[in-house]
Amino acid sequence: MQFRGNYQGSSFSELLAVDFSHLRLNWSDLAQGFDASAVPHGTTVMGFKYAEGVVIAGDRLATMGHRVASRDMEKVYPTDAYSLIAIAGAAGPAVEMARLMRIELEHYEKIEGEPLELEGKANKLSQMVRQNMPAAMQGLGVVPLFAGYDRRRNVGRLWGYDMTGGRYEETDYEATGSGGIYAAESLKKSHRLDANRTEALRMSVQALVDASDEDRATGGPDVVRGIYPIIDFCTRNGIERAPESEIETVFRAIITEQSSRRGTAS
Amino acid sequence: MSMPFYVSPEQMMTDKAEFARKGVARGKPSLVIECDVGILMMAENLSTLSKIGEIYDRVAFAGVGKFSEFDQLRKIGVRYADIKGYSYSRDDVRGRALANAYSQAVGDAFTQQLKPLEVEIVVVEVGDSTLAGHENNAIYRIQYDGSISDHHGYCVIGGAAEELSDFLSSRVRDGIPLGEAIGLAKSALERGAEGEPSVDVENLEVCVLERERPGRKFVRLNSDRVGELLST
Repeated sequence: MQFRGNYQGSSFSELLAVDFSHLRLNWSDLAQGFDASAVPHGTTVMGFKYAEGVVIAGDRLATMGHRVASRDMEKVYPTDAYSLIAIAGAAGPAVEMARLMRIELEHYEKIEGEPLELEGKANKLSQMVRQNMPAAMQGLGVVPLFAGYDRRRNVGRLWGYDMTGGRYEETDYEATGSGGIYAAESLKKSHRLDANRTEALRMSVQALVDASDEDRATGGPDVVRGIYPIIDFCTRNGIERAPESEIETVFRAIITEQSSRRGTAS
Repeated sequence: MSMPFYVSPEQMMTDKAEFARKGVARGKPSLVIECDVGILMMAENLSTLSKIGEIYDRVAFAGVGKFSEFDQLRKIGVRYADIKGYSYSRDDVRGRALANAYSQAVGDAFTQQLKPLEVEIVVVEVGDSTLAGHENNAIYRIQYDGSISDHHGYCVIGGAAEELSDFLSSRVRDGIPLGEAIGLAKSALERGAEGEPSVDVENLEVCVLERERPGRKFVRLNSDRVGELLST
């Protein structure tokens, strides 16, 4: 392995491009007409602000056309102690993007001796999404969400992206992926900026249940296998992942309420 | 016809070594002590430019001598480690491989370049009790000519390294508590500081590789925390 390269800066993705280009896949070299349904796709992720910071959540299903590719895929990843990425779209490039994002932030922090600002991190992700454009043109698009706690401004912040790398800071909530529209519709009714942790957890589970109800590619809580959505809270104290037992309790309360409304409660 | 000056290889090496040794000796020492929570790294540092740095999850770096030179080595180490962790796995990034690579690079600079690097560095790796075969701590010292050695318990680099090593050898013991190790390191640094009887806590750069911390184990302690630990 090469020890001393030519690259002198502090970006890991630039280091890869300059000195280790063999480790990167150049999508634009690939043939057109790629069958995108032959690779797994991740579906619904969402995020919103609440009283203590920001919540990011995602279901666990990955689909390949009409097939289940994975029932317990992870779509929410901490990128450092105060920021998170959630991914939707082609699973391979999406997971790679989340991984690269984490390494990128850590690399910068180690080389420069201090971390990037939250906005700088969000902007870096924008460039990574843009670099994925050639893949997106072949049906392998990645549309992430990025969120974190801005420790200089003491506020949780959230960004949505489009496939061209367009970056939009959200004031309330955002959802993406195949079931994203339904999750967003659910949040539209339930979301409150002053919600506490308990309310925020309930809003997240409800939105994911609503999304999985309408979108066949979104996985709801799987009580039989014990697979639950991932729900991460990011506050001034860092990142906390909601325990599965807690999500299960909220989920059961939601179905009980739904069945009692229909008069089908057992 | 003019004759180029002839300098024997022996003479050239001696001159280079003397030059590098002088450069290293000018700097204040840095030291490493294995303690109960992991590995303590400490240096007296009057500036805000760091002598100690994080390389990877379990691996850290300390340098003495010419700042621009050892900081360049630190950055090369970070790039090497991050690329290795990216292409293989995080557990594949090990201190020994990095120390060997440093030894090669510093040694090559010593023999091939007119001016050798005026640096001395230490690479440390804290063990992980949950990974079979990775349980032990490791400390590697690389000198200006690329010579490498491994150390147990403690290691000192920079000016007065020999004297400070002697001081530590009889005092460092297995599982020494962090606060006591910091106190010991502080008195060692005070011995090294000529004409300065005490080293101010504000001027100490203190970092710890904490064995039990999940993920990135490198922690930089601020002076309040150092003061607190010293008083325990």
